[in-house]
Amino acid sequence: MSNRYSAFAVARHALQPDLPWPRAWKSPEPKKSYDAVIIGGGGHGLATAYYLAKNHGLTNVAVLERSWIGSGNVGRNTTIIRSNYQIDGNTQFFEHSLKLWEGLSHDLNFNCMVSHRGQIVLAVNPVQLDTLARKGNIMRLNGIDAELLDRGQVMKLLPYLDYSKDARWQIYGALMQPRAGTARHDAVAWGYARAADRLGVDIIENCEVTGFAMDNGKAAGVETSRGKINAGKVAIAVAGHTSHVAAMAGLRLPVESHVLQAFVTEPIKPMVDHVVSWGAELFYLSQSDKGGLVFGGHIDGFNTYTQRGQFHKLQSIMECAVSLMPFVSRLRLVRHWGGIMDMTPDGSPFICKTPVQNLYLNGGWCYQGFKAAPASGWTFAHTIVNDDEHELNRCFALDRFEKGGEMDEYGLGNWTYKQ
Amino acid sequence: MRIPCPHCGERDYSEFRYGSDATKPRPPHGTGDLKSWHDYYFLFDNPKGPHTEYWQHVLGCRRWFKLTRNTATNEIGEVS
Repeated sequence: MSNRYSAFAVARHALQPDLPWPRAWKSPEPKKSYDAVIIGGGGHGLATAYYLAKNHGLTNVAVLERSWIGSGNVGRNTTIIRSNYQIDGNTQFFEHSLKLWEGLSHDLNFNCMVSHRGQIVLAVNPVQLDTLARKGNIMRLNGIDAELLDRGQVMKLLPYLDYSKDARWQIYGALMQPRAGTARHDAVAWGYARAADRLGVDIIENCEVTGFAMDNGKAAGVETSRGKINAGKVAIAVAGHTSHVAAMAGLRLPVESHVLQAFVTEPIKPMVDHVVSWGAELFYLSQSDKGGLVFGGHIDGFNTYTQRGQFHKLQSIMECAVSLMPFVSRLRLVRHWGGIMDMTPDGSPFICKTPVQNLYLNGGWCYQGFKAAPASGWTFAHTIVNDDEHELNRCFALDRFEKGGEMDEYGLGNWTYKQ
Repeated sequence: MRIPCPHCGERDYSEFRYGSDATKPRPPHGTGDLKSWHDYYFLFDNPKGPHTEYWQHVLGCRRWFKLTRNTATNEIGEVS
């Protein structure tokens, strides 16, 4: 029976309830040797494996995940996809990613529930609106959709915000990217894993990398909790723990690990039809398909590997929510959790070669890992196969700080904990 | 997390500001060695375990001090 998912397959299984659905991926024992081994079975690692097989025909590939697929940051984010950036390099890269998102469900034969509900970034003073207009112009010059909204248009689209004269932050307008939106994060992990598996990639769970096998200073494989695996090329895609894994290969990186929290309220009827970001403080929200309002904000502000946040940040995010939408004070918060982010000194990632030959790095994702996953895998696969950066990820090199090539999108300076 | 300020005693972490790794030696001014400045400024050990770091009690006495904290558990050790 074909493993392809379709309406016919659903009907066939409905008529034959004794026939189990086939496993989405095989979970084989690791082989002794692969052409390429990817450390990390998150969104980026799985996407890389998929595009290695699909775009470059490299199928003798293993993805090593220390836990289970979907257990890391790919299942811990706020699921937002967008490409409203303003410096060259970021703009083109994230737009490429959004274009891949647009066809992803068909490409993977897996419903990633991509929803182009639009993202609206609110301006709370006239200067902010000018800045958003500039960003919108940059986006449009790059062929990306962007619309500047005045206060009246925002009131029509988002009638539930506080527009009273007593509102702490008045809304002056907004920048909207209609093609931005959300995707189902777990489905992205499962979809890439299944699609890569179908092309011949081995997805190996519960396999923790404990060291690198080196040959004359070149990476030649990995030591794992399930034995040694030789590899022609080794790729790291473990954002959150990038420093930890890279240190095993003797690398010291421009990365500090920080916790970023996310929050979900009790479910309510459909109300928030877009992704909404606020200008007064880093705060963004959307409504999940289950009805919960999903909130996100800043990192806690100090380095930690604990996947739990501090109460103070919860309090400040809820203050943002209530300030923007006073009715939220009547909702209960049902869950909040933390994910560990690689924070870099300029807020931008690494998709690059490393000083160790045959060792490649994908990490430093800061706040933007989820939306980047398709383009990240796409360009990382190119870098691994060609031992060279693609035009789209040339700016995400590891030595950019030595060469004055910072990608400081927000102009915040060289502090990991302030990005 | 509760942080013991050497001057004010134990307070909530929200009164403090994190100031990054305190173990990196700052190169002497005027050395002109870009590599050592790059490494000092941009690279981090980022250990999963004990980490000595700067904090400032911004909403209190405003004193800067060093703190050893386990980044895997947030358990706080020595303060100086």
